[in-house]
Amino acid sequence: MSVQDGLEQLLGLGPELSFWAAAFFHGFLLFNFYGVLPAFFIWLERKVSARIQDRLGPTRVGGRFGWLQSVADGIKLVQKEDLSPLAADRWLFGLAPFIAVIASFSAFVVLPFSNGWTAVVAETGVFLILALMSLEVVAIVLAGYSSGSKWALFGAMREAAQMVSYEIPMAICTLIPIVIAGTMNLVELGRFQEGLVWNWFIFQNPFSFLAFWIYFTVSLASVKRAPFDLAEAESELVAGFHTEYSGLRWSFFFLAEYASMFAVAGIAVVLFLGGWWTGTGIETALGGLATVGQDFPVAGFQIGSYLLNLLGLGVFIVKCTILVFVQMWVRWTLPRLRIDQVMTTCLKYLTPISCALFLGTLLWGQLLAQFRGRPQLIGRPAGWLNARVETKSTEGGVLVTANRDAVPGEVVPERSETDGSSQP
Amino acid sequence: MTETLLFYGLAILAAGGGLAVVLSPNIVRMAIWLIVSLVGVAGLFFLLGAEFLGATQLLIYVGGTVVLLIFGVMLTATGPLRSLITPGLELVQGCLAAGVLLMVLTWTLGGIDWTVVSRLLPQDVRARSAHSAALSDGDTTTGLGLGMVGVSERELGASQGRRTQSSYLLPFEVISVHLLVVLIGAAYLARTKRRAGSPQS
Repeated sequence: MSVQDGLEQLLGLGPELSFWAAAFFHGFLLFNFYGVLPAFFIWLERKVSARIQDRLGPTRVGGRFGWLQSVADGIKLVQKEDLSPLAADRWLFGLAPFIAVIASFSAFVVLPFSNGWTAVVAETGVFLILALMSLEVVAIVLAGYSSGSKWALFGAMREAAQMVSYEIPMAICTLIPIVIAGTMNLVELGRFQEGLVWNWFIFQNPFSFLAFWIYFTVSLASVKRAPFDLAEAESELVAGFHTEYSGLRWSFFFLAEYASMFAVAGIAVVLFLGGWWTGTGIETALGGLATVGQDFPVAGFQIGSYLLNLLGLGVFIVKCTILVFVQMWVRWTLPRLRIDQVMTTCLKYLTPISCALFLGTLLWGQLLAQFRGRPQLIGRPAGWLNARVETKSTEGGVLVTANRDAVPGEVVPERSETDGSSQP
Repeated sequence: MTETLLFYGLAILAAGGGLAVVLSPNIVRMAIWLIVSLVGVAGLFFLLGAEFLGATQLLIYVGGTVVLLIFGVMLTATGPLRSLITPGLELVQGCLAAGVLLMVLTWTLGGIDWTVVSRLLPQDVRARSAHSAALSDGDTTTGLGLGMVGVSERELGASQGRRTQSSYLLPFEVISVHLLVVLIGAAYLARTKRRAGSPQS
């Protein structure tokens, strides 16, 4: 059941009021998560880079481990003067950081954090999230253009060239899990990977295994992390596109960058690494829990399945954090590529490789279905799909098995939780 | 009520952005207002439940075309492109063309029986592409492709008794291949020509 229904039943609000309340609730939760996440990752980046360079990193702020370092940074940045150069187009210069933040935040709106826990369930979720994240390049290009500085302009041009090229292999890599599952819905894609670890899309076939590594490389480039951080190459361009920025506006770019790192890691986890499932089958073992506390505060809500979803949320965040850690590890280990090497890597290697992998995945499924009777080599039992469709009926955010007696193949239409986009 | 509010908000965004594109003299600001307008239109698509169309609008127009536009302006904008003042005659011509387009659109919209459309809509908006029979065959792409062009495979199967029916996917693919050919041709024509034997510059 959705938050909107819950509010309607629990507080007796009207449908309009509970819709706005639910929308506010989701927005509030997501925006706070979005704000706290970069603070944690910036602290982590400091610690990881320090350890890799045989230093200690921040140790004092907040007592142990310097865990309040990001807060201290934030206070420092708020106090700084908001400068803009004389040659700048002031209006666009001020606007660019906000576009970056809006673009990276809107990706979180469609990202599923647990089984059905997503602000908006979009039928074409993967496509939508890629589209939303691609808007960040507008902000970078604008920042570079409006700064009125050559360094910034060069950074922005590199960024535009890089982003536009790397979108191609990224889209093709995300197609691979999509054709395995036959859906673009991020929640559905996650649900397909329930159970043991070989049900994860990365282990579906050799092509999807390779596709994950290609996707990871491309995602590094799409969030402009080293070795692809040409847009802000310190050794050549001072600071690239954000050379002229200071204070809070400067920090917005970093807010967007670190949040995007989490978002691309989240896409990788949902598409390849089993989403919110632990991969140990522990959810199946705890399946009895899902019916505990049925209809307790309001009809249709189960405490047990809520707790299972909380476990899923934890698993998802841990998986994403591990991927973000690897992104940092790569950044502090590998040297930066030259711009021509970046373009060569994308256009001459990554794009053809991802095309070949896509073709391979298509053929693999067809051939196995032809000769073996089902499109997977290992993993799901033969009757899995029908059973899956029967139990797939979930209403909004809860892992329920309410539709067990429904007609096989009958797919219950889902409600998106805030329903802002898909009201009939 | 909620939808009406959202509709008016997005419609103001789309129309106001469009108006600002026309009235703004600076070409980069025009591009920004174009983004505002396109995002408004994408929002209207989301409001109608056409997520794919909305996402395509964002990906292709905002993320692609506008970026290329700004990119081009960044490389070329000196003098005349920085501020565009439309001469009188062009203004009249533009207004005429826009007026004719507006008339055509109004005439078309007025000709549609919306009561029929609204009765047809709800089943198809909720059409789902994932299908269990297709999955167990390993044939997961047909439904996806059909779903993309807004045809529900389930309803199609119920009415036609067959899975694959004519859709717009094939013409769509043919057009995209044509576009690719055009792009490669343009790249070939535009690249620097070097005569054989001449030194590399």
